[in-house]
Amino acid sequence: MIKCMLLDYSIPKLSDLLQRKEIAIRELVDEAYENILRLEPLVHGFITLRDRSAVLKEAEELQKNISKGFLSPLYGIPFSLKDTYNTRNVRTTAASKVLDTYIPPYSATLVERLISAGAVLIGKNTQDAWGHGASSENTDYEIVRNPWDTNRIAGGSSGGSAAVVASRMVSFAIGEDTGGSIRNPASMCNVSGLKVTYGRVSRYGSIAYASSLDTMGPMAKTVEDLAYILEVIAGRDKRDATSAGDLPAKYREFLGRSVQGKTIGVPKEFFSGEIEPQVLDVVHQAIKVFERLGMRVTEVSMPHVKYGVSIYYLIALSETSSNLARYDAVRYGKTRKHFTPETSRRIILGTYALSAGYAEGLYKKAQKLRTVLIQEYSEAFQKCDVLISPVTPGLPPKIGELISNPLRNFLEDLYTATVNLAGSPALALPAGFSAEGLPVGMQLIGKKFRESELFQIGYAYQQETDWHKQSPPIIKKS
Amino acid sequence: MDKQYRTIIGMETHIELKTASKMFCGCKNDPFYAPAPNIYTCPVCLGLPGALPVPNKKAVQWTLMLGLALGCKVNMLSKFDRKHYFYPDLPKGYQISQYDVPLCYDGKLQTSFGEVRIRRVHLEEDTGKLLHAKIDGQKVTLVDFNRSGVPLVEIVTEPDIHCAEQAKEYAKKLRQLVRYLDISDCDMEQGSMRLEANISLKQITSNLSLDTGEENELPSYKVELKNINSFRFLERAINYEIRRQAEILAKGEMPVQETRGYNPEKDITYTQRVKETAEDYRYFPDPDIPPMRFSDEQIQEIQGFIPELPFQVIARWQKTYGLEPRFAELIFERFYEVEKLDLIFAELIRQGLSVAKLVSLLAQKKIEVDILRDTPEQICVIFKKLTMLDDVSEKEIIPVVETVLKENFGAVEDYLSGRKQVINFLVGQVNKALGKKIDFSRLRSLVEEQIKKL
Repeated sequence: MIKCMLLDYSIPKLSDLLQRKEIAIRELVDEAYENILRLEPLVHGFITLRDRSAVLKEAEELQKNISKGFLSPLYGIPFSLKDTYNTRNVRTTAASKVLDTYIPPYSATLVERLISAGAVLIGKNTQDAWGHGASSENTDYEIVRNPWDTNRIAGGSSGGSAAVVASRMVSFAIGEDTGGSIRNPASMCNVSGLKVTYGRVSRYGSIAYASSLDTMGPMAKTVEDLAYILEVIAGRDKRDATSAGDLPAKYREFLGRSVQGKTIGVPKEFFSGEIEPQVLDVVHQAIKVFERLGMRVTEVSMPHVKYGVSIYYLIALSETSSNLARYDAVRYGKTRKHFTPETSRRIILGTYALSAGYAEGLYKKAQKLRTVLIQEYSEAFQKCDVLISPVTPGLPPKIGELISNPLRNFLEDLYTATVNLAGSPALALPAGFSAEGLPVGMQLIGKKFRESELFQIGYAYQQETDWHKQSPPIIKKS
Repeated sequence: MDKQYRTIIGMETHIELKTASKMFCGCKNDPFYAPAPNIYTCPVCLGLPGALPVPNKKAVQWTLMLGLALGCKVNMLSKFDRKHYFYPDLPKGYQISQYDVPLCYDGKLQTSFGEVRIRRVHLEEDTGKLLHAKIDGQKVTLVDFNRSGVPLVEIVTEPDIHCAEQAKEYAKKLRQLVRYLDISDCDMEQGSMRLEANISLKQITSNLSLDTGEENELPSYKVELKNINSFRFLERAINYEIRRQAEILAKGEMPVQETRGYNPEKDITYTQRVKETAEDYRYFPDPDIPPMRFSDEQIQEIQGFIPELPFQVIARWQKTYGLEPRFAELIFERFYEVEKLDLIFAELIRQGLSVAKLVSLLAQKKIEVDILRDTPEQICVIFKKLTMLDDVSEKEIIPVVETVLKENFGAVEDYLSGRKQVINFLVGQVNKALGKKIDFSRLRSLVEEQIKKL
């Protein structure tokens, strides 16, 4: 496929071109802003866009060090952040009017790591406010449009991040996944997204949704890119007591290794019930690809995943009702009357689940069942190396369909939420298209702290297929 | 028949630990002496979006140490919980505290009235401070977060205290122990020690023996006393409360379950807040902080940090040096002062000097030494100079006495008319005139003799 633009290239390719001075950082920045000028009015992926001339100045400064060598592969690469991440002196809203005028005095740890590596921040992406949603429609700003069909949602809650990567407005973005919020929009926008193991990437500076479930992860066009990004942002942070150490050797070393002999588990509970047939078909095709690659396929059973959404929501909403208590407009932000109905609904449900007389049967019961789920995942992983499943039960819905149906909205998390409850990592990869050309992704779930294995298998898949190379028609210059 | 009441008091004490940094962040822990408001703050203790708490290890160790010194058991698996309520000085909308698995539980503190059982010792974070002011003619409330996040230990007793004097003794002994361990200054004016007393009266008829099972039933109400700024006020407030509650009960009514403050000027307690039901704090384990698992070795190590406790020190000194407890307990406050004093005593013994005499001088503040900075040898030198007596004969003394008596015949008349304590003034004048070191009682008997001769 002829690459019509620089931002079609992978990160290591761009890094190579930069370091050999075949291109300059400013060219990447200029291309990003040109695509933004053209496509942002259609896509609405940004809440805050940094001033182009300021960013170009930064690019100039960074350019001076290009010849010094030993630079990170992310050096000079344009990226964006879900508006969950605190960025010093750059407005951060979590897509809520409560923080409409909030300018943080500090940056999240992962942001500091990316900036230290020389990556270039373009802007902050829209999302479901506070992470509350699977469609990015629960935003106080413009609703994100799916670049593949602007009448449809881009998924959520990291919808803005997925859309801007798909539209080549940036090379990569960092999303946030609590119940599927990276994987869901990645699938709907045909990009690759990684939900890391809980604790793999520091949560310090990420506006909390559910503290025991929130994970921070990269979204980009390829698995290869995800591996390079994770190298920079992963690792223990002394400001996050739940972050883990023990980094493996560089993630990029696992790309290209053979997956011969590895086993893929197919959880039968994830393949029954109401699933759009085209989605089922895509996942089955993917399983065939893995068989061609020499992997074994085996069926596993996780009976309690049918309670997954209930368990997830009881815990997530309880934790979010607590995490949102600080927004009292005393020290920063606007008053609580700016919370949307969806957010208010979640706060009320969470408060109820924690209240005296109900906590035992709701919140605590959910935590006990969570342990059962963790054990079930553990048992499944005795029989296989990774699990495969769809990402969502249907195709990308039209705008307005999900947000008007709270229960259906919750059920979008069917395949993704139990992964957060278990703490495991998972990869969402482009795996095909519907008859109307809508992207359909599939999910690979790995053992804890085995992102390397996910990368290995995901990379092999992307060598065998080219779904991930497709770009949405709107990006072609007319 | 006269109604008899048994006073039932339980106390809750909060102590600010004097760790270098706050409980969950690296900010400086020095709220009282901060030169300006809101300078010891960061995203964590301000509750900014995205900030996370990381526990202060020293604070946990010191809490365990205090609990062990109080004879408590340790919860080998403990955790922090979130306690939710809304208030402007509580930045996160919840306080990180401990709910059902406190670090320590089941201890005791001895008082002369009997043992006071300690129900629990737990660790939490302090809130910010509110200040009411008037700015441009408008009444406002200002918030200072220098104190937000400071480590706070909470010590809760069983309702084993039965009178105001015992409450005061308990509070004083607790303070003494905490200051001795040097984990807090326990200054009530500065707010590093805060007392709360829960008081109720239990009716007992005069022929009901205290040995029956009814002894353990608690009254169905309790009144909480807060904002008491001194031990003296604590005693007075409790005594006032006992009288107030007895009057209400005598009328056949029940005292309202409420929180009351103490007004020292009027010497009364007054209603601050009425609580019909207990607040629902929606406690749940804080997911940002992994639970704490202690090993036997770790607890043993902390047990090893506990120095010899004050009562043990005083007993040892009584046995070894014959020191009277009432003097001994006046000469030290912190454990490291005891270490130094032991060295000083050893040096005194080596030089054949009197330990009891030095302790008496120290207790009465009659000797100018710095226990911590002066070496034992230096202290001995000062001690010898102070106590060595000059060899002065009666031949020298008597003329001076006669002169002093002549010059102070007014004082002599006072003495003869019954004001015997004037003798000290006269002896002092003799001492001054002589300018030598003479045993006071010897001088006194000589002066008395001379007066008789007048």
